[in-house]
Amino acid sequence: MSLTDLTIAAAAEALAARKLSAMELAVAHNEAVAALNPRLNAYITTTPELALAQAKAADARLKDGTATPLTGIPLAIKDLFCTAGVRTTAASRILEPFVPPYESTVSQQLLDAGVVMLGKANLDEFAMGSSNMTSGYGPVENPWQRAGSNVKLVPGGSSGGSAAAVAARIAMGATGTDTGGSIRQPAAFTGLAGIKPTYGRCSRYGIIAFASSLDQAGPMARTVEDCAILLGAMSGFDAKDSTSAERAVPDFRAAAKRGVKGMRIGIPAEYRMDGMSGEISSLWQQGIMWLQAQGAEIIDISLPHTKYGLPVYYIVAPAEASSNLARYDGVRFGARVAGDDLIDMYERTRAAGFGAEVKRRIMIGTYVLSAGYYDAYYLRAQKIRALILRDFTEAFTKVDAILTPTAPSAAFGLGEKMDDPVTMYLNDVFTVPASLAGVPAMSIPAGLNAEGLPLGLQIIGRHFDEETVFAAAAALEEAAAFTAKPTLRAA
Amino acid sequence: MSLDTATVRRIAKLARIRVDDAEVATLQAELNAILGYVEQLNEVDVSGIEPLSGGAQMAMRLRADIVTDGEIPEQILANAPDRAGEFFAVPKVVE
Repeated sequence: MSLTDLTIAAAAEALAARKLSAMELAVAHNEAVAALNPRLNAYITTTPELALAQAKAADARLKDGTATPLTGIPLAIKDLFCTAGVRTTAASRILEPFVPPYESTVSQQLLDAGVVMLGKANLDEFAMGSSNMTSGYGPVENPWQRAGSNVKLVPGGSSGGSAAAVAARIAMGATGTDTGGSIRQPAAFTGLAGIKPTYGRCSRYGIIAFASSLDQAGPMARTVEDCAILLGAMSGFDAKDSTSAERAVPDFRAAAKRGVKGMRIGIPAEYRMDGMSGEISSLWQQGIMWLQAQGAEIIDISLPHTKYGLPVYYIVAPAEASSNLARYDGVRFGARVAGDDLIDMYERTRAAGFGAEVKRRIMIGTYVLSAGYYDAYYLRAQKIRALILRDFTEAFTKVDAILTPTAPSAAFGLGEKMDDPVTMYLNDVFTVPASLAGVPAMSIPAGLNAEGLPLGLQIIGRHFDEETVFAAAAALEEAAAFTAKPTLRAA
Repeated sequence: MSLDTATVRRIAKLARIRVDDAEVATLQAELNAILGYVEQLNEVDVSGIEPLSGGAQMAMRLRADIVTDGEIPEQILANAPDRAGEFFAVPKVVE
């Protein structure tokens, strides 16, 4: 097996046994990145020299006995995490010259564990998108292709570069962030596992803010176990984030081995949407049977406000974004376009620096927060958000976890669904409610559609009960036995 | 509710984003499509419901009111598009 094809767990074992060096692993990945990234555009910035230096340090730790299960593991870091001394763009032209003087807590914790950073992964601009088409640095190509077709497909978004890199074997795992589905939907589109943990589980310090009440970091990898290893290192209390939870980090890897015997799995009626494709509904049915066969009890539940999740999200997230993105004014960091006076400088800087989707969302957010409209839009949306949370709270008195599809379709073509923003937003219909409620949710690759493209199933759990999510996800993974690989991948 | 072009221009002004005439028409159509989509929220009875503003199921933490960092002007100014000594520089505001 080639080095780039190893799972994190298998590579860690080989590294610990000294059958493999971190340097060999880094060199193999750097070569794979150099060969495939020009086509996939999964990385905005590659850091091959930094990777070699970190691999050297990792080998020293492996030798002196201070290694962790992530020491020497080559990762892609989404370009939304500030990395000290390495340019961080959020895929926006407005941050093209930005080199952070500090490190995000999540990436610092990974560095402390000894990971090797291969580069900064592409994304939708400021994480606003479901296709990676809104990146200011060009779209990412999905390494998967439809059988018998070479039409370029999107990797999903916003963590599309992270997803493409891991699927194409030009990273062993990646960090993502998820505001309304930005880890789970791209994971589903590229045949990966990816978890958005409970809001508050991972520190948001140093992650460029989009919608602060929704943004959460999480891992993307080729197996559930690899996600468990990564999340263990990424999680934990951080005094620098006022919404960080003061809770101990459980052993997620052990939790993934618990099994689902006696677990109560809810099937929400409202996720059976009108017009759901036959392949999505049969995959969902298959998932139900897999969990049942392993001893889970299947219970029909209702999440009555599901259909309002997306419209609530498209008020709340732009409102928070309009506030968070006010800081990009050409004064303290980022690009500046000269103007006749200060206001003119702001307006020209922001017009040139932001792409179309970001401008749309800032404007919607500005409108729903403006005098006279706040109560009708923003306050009403917050109240319905409370009802969505209540739906989950009530459901979790009857069940331990919830099973749904991750996305309404497989990956679509580059440039499709671009005519109307609302059509693009519908991608997130199954992922947004868990984000609004703050509960953990994970996508697991569960099968291929008729065209040979991966499809994902989603497990949603209670607040801070990622352990149950991992247990159910591992059970699905075992039953699905997903071994398919994308067309474009490292040799 | 439907936004007219004057409202689109006013929002752009509030958001400090310069828009040209061609963009106003496109933005008007797109913003109206989004606002049309969220109209369905008016169906929901929200009487007596408290708004949920945050994702965290916890009270805000307090910390001691002490200085925890500072004296790092070079780090703070390192990304400034323009500076004058230890200050950010901007176009003249007052004549």
